[in-house]
Amino acid sequence: MSRDSIVVENVSKDFTMQYHRTLKQMAVATMRRLPLKETFRAVNDVSFTVEQGESIGLMGLNGSGKSTLLKLINGVMRPDAGTIHTRGRIAGLIATGAGFHPQLSGRDNLYLNGAILGMSEAEINRKFDEIVDFADIGKFLDTPVSHYSSGMYARLGFSIAIHVDADIFLADEVLAVGDRPFKKKCMAKMQEVRRQGTTIFYVSHATASVRSMCDRVLVLESGHLNFDGDVEEGIHYLQYDDDEETNEALGDAELGADI
Amino acid sequence: MRAANKSAEAKKPKRHQTDEFGRRRNSKRKARKLLEKKADSMPVVELAGPKLERVVDAELVDPAPSGGIREVFRQTYLLRLIVSRQLAQMYAASLLGLLWSYIQPALRFAVYFFVFGVVLKNAHGGIPNFALHLFTGMVFVHYFTETWSGGTKSIWTNRALVLKMRVPREIFPVTSMMVAAYHTGPQVLILAISCAVIGWHFSFVGILAGLLGLAILITFSMALALIFSALNVFFKDFQNIVQTFTQFLHFLVPMMYAYSMLAKLGAHHKWAYELYFANPVAEAVMLLQRLFWAPTLEPKQYAKEFPPDLWERGFIMLAACLVLLVIAQKFFARLEGKFPERL
Ligand SMILES: Nc1ncnc2c1ncn2[C@@H]1O[C@H](COP(=O)(O)OP(=O)(O)O)[C@@H](O)[C@H]1O
Ligand SMILES: [Mg+2]
Repeated sequence: MSRDSIVVENVSKDFTMQYHRTLKQMAVATMRRLPLKETFRAVNDVSFTVEQGESIGLMGLNGSGKSTLLKLINGVMRPDAGTIHTRGRIAGLIATGAGFHPQLSGRDNLYLNGAILGMSEAEINRKFDEIVDFADIGKFLDTPVSHYSSGMYARLGFSIAIHVDADIFLADEVLAVGDRPFKKKCMAKMQEVRRQGTTIFYVSHATASVRSMCDRVLVLESGHLNFDGDVEEGIHYLQYDDDEETNEALGDAELGADI
Repeated sequence: MRAANKSAEAKKPKRHQTDEFGRRRNSKRKARKLLEKKADSMPVVELAGPKLERVVDAELVDPAPSGGIREVFRQTYLLRLIVSRQLAQMYAASLLGLLWSYIQPALRFAVYFFVFGVVLKNAHGGIPNFALHLFTGMVFVHYFTETWSGGTKSIWTNRALVLKMRVPREIFPVTSMMVAAYHTGPQVLILAISCAVIGWHFSFVGILAGLLGLAILITFSMALALIFSALNVFFKDFQNIVQTFTQFLHFLVPMMYAYSMLAKLGAHHKWAYELYFANPVAEAVMLLQRLFWAPTLEPKQYAKEFPPDLWERGFIMLAACLVLLVIAQKFFARLEGKFPERL
């Protein structure tokens, strides 16, 4: 039996940006000969294969397509070209937090999310206390999640996803919102899951934690997969060009560091 | 930082200026600054002990959900959960709760009965047991409109889940149908009890007509819910369009007036008659009246109140609705891929 966990072949994803939504705006735009829409390739001809149990660090500047790639892998989005195949159950947190229903309580969302991630009723009941304990949301369990702080939101989302016993775990930058002790708890839990042989995709700018968490690094640059290999080399690749001088000469441009 | 991003947005084309490897101008420098700033933003935890082997007993598959409505009904636990949460949410902050879904139909029934059964008594063509004739139509039109309008909004109102989680998205229109059924169920019960009290007698023909009518209604409303829920993601106008249509629908099925009046109309205006009965809901309502209303009367009383080709029309209509449902499913699957980026 093959041990492939994720097989991505020549995958591209285009976004269509529609500028004008109402008829009047569209008519005005047409008259002025402005474009009605623009397509833009967020993931560009990306191919790679991941073995079961590998832990991948996905790196790149903001807007380079990391979250989009994760959405393609977990099936929220479909590629416009190429194919993606995965083996087993996928769980994780992508972009800005878990898919919670704002009006529902934490408890309801826990069940809903668990069921969507493929857990049975019995399985959720069995893990319920463990999940709530880990998330540490205490008396807020029965309040609508719209009243949660972003930290609580992320804690509950992460706690559900990590307890799913998935074969593939995806962790986007969402963990960045938590407080330090919780982050530490999450990293420890992820290492535990990693040790049990789960395939991990970890998106982070934190080089130190990528070094400890990952066996391999992928670097995305404007949707192109430009590096695939060793962790140290990947981190180096991301930052340093062959010809440093030209880069230095380009002067100070502001850094788009917000997520 | 926000302001800087805004101005970068303004000169859009520049944002994606990249070399052939997709590298942005100055990207290395940006990356260096970013990594310097974030290097220790996450705590470091080392792997505790050797890695274990995990054997995954599954095939390599496309992660995107596929399989459409059939897949939805395979995930019964999830469907049950979503339906019950939707119901709970609907009545979360209301004192009368579920009662609201009866008050409105009850009032509407009272008004229609007053206008068409009392004031315009001579206009409806002298329908015997008029209240049952009317109520049968209202119950099932209600089911239809709730499925259609609820379904149309369903993807949009559940966007939090559609955006983040991998679910067969047909589950949301299907949920609207289940919720509508949940609301209509007790009304059907009231209808059945009323029939029994007035004097209903069993006939296989009636049962068959009812089943056929229900099948038409379910397939047609499901098809529309699928199509419009997808369209509504792209243009919110569709939920208004649906609302407008559902307002008229009460007058476009034979419940406030007799079929025999339409037959008279058909004698002079064939096309108007055909157009009227091209509406699957009108056909379904007549079939359901055949089940509930007709058996409370003598055959000669209702002989003229159904078209002679009721059955042929019914089966053709069901076939047409099934085809429409297949098309709707295809249409939905095509647009579905674009949902996450449009919501
Ligand atoms: N729904 C969307 N519609 C249009 N463009 C999008 C959408 N989602 C992401 N993008 C664009 O795709 C690019 C990649 O985004 P993303 O994958 O979130 O990057 P990252 O996670 O690496 O910061 C960005 O330029 C972003 O603006
Ligand atoms: Mg991102």
